[in-house]
Amino acid sequence: MPSAVAGPEIERLIQLLARLPGLGPRSARRAALHLIKKREALMAPLTAALQVAIDKIEVCKTCGNIDTQNPCTVCTDMRRDPSIIVVVADVADLWALERAHAVNGYYHVLGATLSPLDGIGPDDLAIDTLVSRAHQPEVNEVILALNATVDGQTTAHYITDLLQDANVKITRLAHGVPVGGELDYLDEGTLSAAMRQRTLF
Amino acid sequence: MLQPGNTVRAVWRARLDEHLGMYQLEGLRMRAATMLDASHAVYGVTHLASLARLLPERDPHQEIYDLLDRTLDDFDDVGVAAVHLVRFELAMLAELGFGLDLSSCAATGVTADLIYVSPKSGGAVSRQAGEPWRDRLLRLPPFLSTEENGRSGWADGDLRDGFELTGWFLLRNVLEPRGQGHSDARAGFIAAVAKYMTRSNALTS
Repeated sequence: MPSAVAGPEIERLIQLLARLPGLGPRSARRAALHLIKKREALMAPLTAALQVAIDKIEVCKTCGNIDTQNPCTVCTDMRRDPSIIVVVADVADLWALERAHAVNGYYHVLGATLSPLDGIGPDDLAIDTLVSRAHQPEVNEVILALNATVDGQTTAHYITDLLQDANVKITRLAHGVPVGGELDYLDEGTLSAAMRQRTLF
Repeated sequence: MLQPGNTVRAVWRARLDEHLGMYQLEGLRMRAATMLDASHAVYGVTHLASLARLLPERDPHQEIYDLLDRTLDDFDDVGVAAVHLVRFELAMLAELGFGLDLSSCAATGVTADLIYVSPKSGGAVSRQAGEPWRDRLLRLPPFLSTEENGRSGWADGDLRDGFELTGWFLLRNVLEPRGQGHSDARAGFIAAVAKYMTRSNALTS
């Protein structure tokens, strides 16, 4: 039985596509075939877009966001509230909050959350720059928009300890019942947290 | 659901042993959500998880499992959590083959007034036998003493002594040979406990 059905160039393309999140070998093979069939309409523009991205994308030296300009579009937006810094673990979280139009402040991307189990310590995160930004006089509030996981909240507590001497209010996202969530499907821990953090109605 | 601190029942099904198969998970004790607000709890549970990783995989450790379950069930009070964590570290040392002998004095054999531990042998040392070398010995907190039957009371210094004791042997016998150090979570837990104790002492004085 033959081990490969196409030349090494196509096999290489399939292998690289299979490394993308959400794609396995089968779906990578389908994607590769689709690209090859639409070589002019899709493959060539995609190649050009990837090359531009390689050449131009940078990590923002202020907040850690990724963009084609440095400082990034968010950091250069003068309409934002300079008194608020929203701390997120990853650029994907920043994009999610921006999609939701949830807050009009500036951001700080840590790069990950503390995780001794995965060998991620404080030195692996962009914490020093956050501490320095939080000490700037115009900053009044640091919002810890981190995952409601043990790792996310360990990071939140760690940052809170480091910002004790900064003259800022430290807040974090509420934990509890998601929109569309039914109480009898929720675990007891989430229900307890929601009950503790109930608000006036 | 797959968070440190939660207990789940996992059923693995596959047609053949070598297949990847499928896991069906059911949450039994979802403690993690109740721990997220307290710094000692998130640091503590992370540290417990990193300690559990020191055990070999696919090897049952029923006693450690039961102790971990009890420890996680009683983690609300900071002082109680600290005592549990020191006892868990002590149990981990024993499970990994480096148990301390705290039942009698390593020098004289007496079983009373044991307040030190030899950093070399890991054996308890009585007050009288240890007095000349007190600066070189580790302190044995009363809540770990078999003489006191692991009494439940403790002072702030006892917790510090407990962490120094187990920390010393964990580092020397378990972590350093693997090229590791104590986790940041352990330091975070100890700092959270110290902060809580300082605050509660200030309130009571």
